[in-house]
Amino acid sequence: MENAPHVDGARRIGMESVLTKRLKKLQRYLPLYILMVPGMLYLLINNYIPMAGLIIAFKKVNFTKGILGSDWVGFKNFEFLFQTKDAFIITRNTILYNGGFILLDTLVAVAIAILLSEIRGKLKFRFYQGTILLPNLISMVVVSYLGLAFLKMDTGMLNKTILPLFGMDEVMWYNEAKYWPLILTITHVWKSAGFYSVIFFAAVLGINPAYYEAATIDGANKWRQVVSITIPLIRPVIILMTMLGIGRIFYSDFGLFYNVPLNSGLIYRTTDVIDTYVFRGLMQLGDIGMASAAGLYQSLVGFTLVIVSNYLVRKFSRDDALF
Amino acid sequence: MMDNKLWRWGANVFLSLFAASVIFPFLVLFMSSISSDSSIYQHGYSIIPRDLSIEAYKYLTHNSAKIMHAFGVTVLVTVAGTLMSLMITSMLAYPLSRADLPYRNTFGFAVFFTMLFNGGLVPTYLMYTQYFSIKNSIWALIIPMLLMNGYSILIMRTFFAQTIPPEVYESARIDGGGEFRIFRSIVLPLSMPILATIGLFQTIAYWNDWMNGLIYLTDEKLYNMQNLLNQILLNIDAIASLDSTISATAADIPGLTIRMAIAFVSVVPIMLSYPFFQRYFVRGITIGSVKG
Repeated sequence: MENAPHVDGARRIGMESVLTKRLKKLQRYLPLYILMVPGMLYLLINNYIPMAGLIIAFKKVNFTKGILGSDWVGFKNFEFLFQTKDAFIITRNTILYNGGFILLDTLVAVAIAILLSEIRGKLKFRFYQGTILLPNLISMVVVSYLGLAFLKMDTGMLNKTILPLFGMDEVMWYNEAKYWPLILTITHVWKSAGFYSVIFFAAVLGINPAYYEAATIDGANKWRQVVSITIPLIRPVIILMTMLGIGRIFYSDFGLFYNVPLNSGLIYRTTDVIDTYVFRGLMQLGDIGMASAAGLYQSLVGFTLVIVSNYLVRKFSRDDALF
Repeated sequence: MMDNKLWRWGANVFLSLFAASVIFPFLVLFMSSISSDSSIYQHGYSIIPRDLSIEAYKYLTHNSAKIMHAFGVTVLVTVAGTLMSLMITSMLAYPLSRADLPYRNTFGFAVFFTMLFNGGLVPTYLMYTQYFSIKNSIWALIIPMLLMNGYSILIMRTFFAQTIPPEVYESARIDGGGEFRIFRSIVLPLSMPILATIGLFQTIAYWNDWMNGLIYLTDEKLYNMQNLLNQILLNIDAIASLDSTISATAADIPGLTIRMAIAFVSVVPIMLSYPFFQRYFVRGITIGSVKG
């Protein structure tokens, strides 16, 4: 009791010095915070405001009232969206295409990576790797031109040269939905396999050559070595890339589904994915309600998938998890 | 030994086939662009030009104003965008790399979270057009992809944290260097490899971008090369609009070959410079794929 005033005083002095210490520290780091301002401001505008803007899915946007002032309509936009067949079609297409892409990308890219590791000769190696990677450097618009050279209905190479060679009839490629799953899959793998192969190749290179030497001495042939050494040792990378792919399965490569089919209305059944649906709703149909509902649906499911797939990666290999 | 030979042979066959599948379409593109329009009408696009003609290229050089303009927009946007993006990215990544920065994890999470969740096209579009009037301005091609994503920030942060020892900061501070000076004259010069790598990817992204133009531009004067290509792709009559002098209709113009010629011209710069940056591109993919 007697000591109380004294303790109180000491505490006050302590608090003051803590405060000045904090201020001093802040002052010392102020320049660093200033450096961060443009980037943080940009993320706030470009990323965080649109996140908050997702609420427009629950509004009927009226530009005269402004976006914030528009009337709330509850789940109306979602009711409309999920009443149509569109919701089912775009979800199905998105998942089936991207699921197939993950599978085929991995398969082809692992094959390329393993075979590249067999190539001796620097120039030859650079030629193969460089050429296989080239499609990755080209925009989807240019890829669509390449597609056009083959698929154009009156002058395309398939209809004019290749199909007649086999005595087959012309095909109206841009009007017939059934061919597009194949066309889009080939185009995607052609464009992306090289990219993934670089990642798998790095993993293959990282394998200790002693394993192969031992296997050769034991009389294991190449195929055996690939199956029992290479694949098991790059498996962590394969699983990681697959998980990352699953986390992004709700997002599609817009250009592939919009430009390569030339936005042809007759084949939406097999080419429409969530991204193209949202784009068309917003930019061409002016149906903001529907587009924003589909957009929120994509953001939420996409987010959930990222979290789930990351949880799985974490269980499997802690170091490779994103968080 | 026999086994080894067989494998190597198989590897060469498979990789050659894949490489051929890449080269072949570009060859068709080029060969079609140096054919005459009438031969294309008759025989279709082909790998062998039946009737050599540089009609398409002549037409493009005569009506090059619009193309050169679009090309200029591409160059301007690519250079300005890449520089701005490198500046902002490194300025944000550097403080985040400092282990002693108070609230570092909070800021780090704010960056990271943008990689997990996003508002998507509709709110982004409405915000940029309603509140920032970005529509039909050159900023529409630069701003919306400035930082690309949180990946480049986090990759750069990791690079700074791993390559620059904390003692450097200490001694620089003792010598009386302010934080800005440390950043400019120590951190950045030591970080050229990562700046070059991320700069390369940004350059490619800006060069190939057509999405922003598709969303935010209706004014053709601001079209970059990809937007122009896209316009001609989806609407063949747009070729006629290349010609500013006479009111040409699509029928008068060798449209079939011009289409291919202009697409080919647009990839030439990439093809020519590719051998020089291939190594960095490959290395960049492996850095980017592993988390930052």
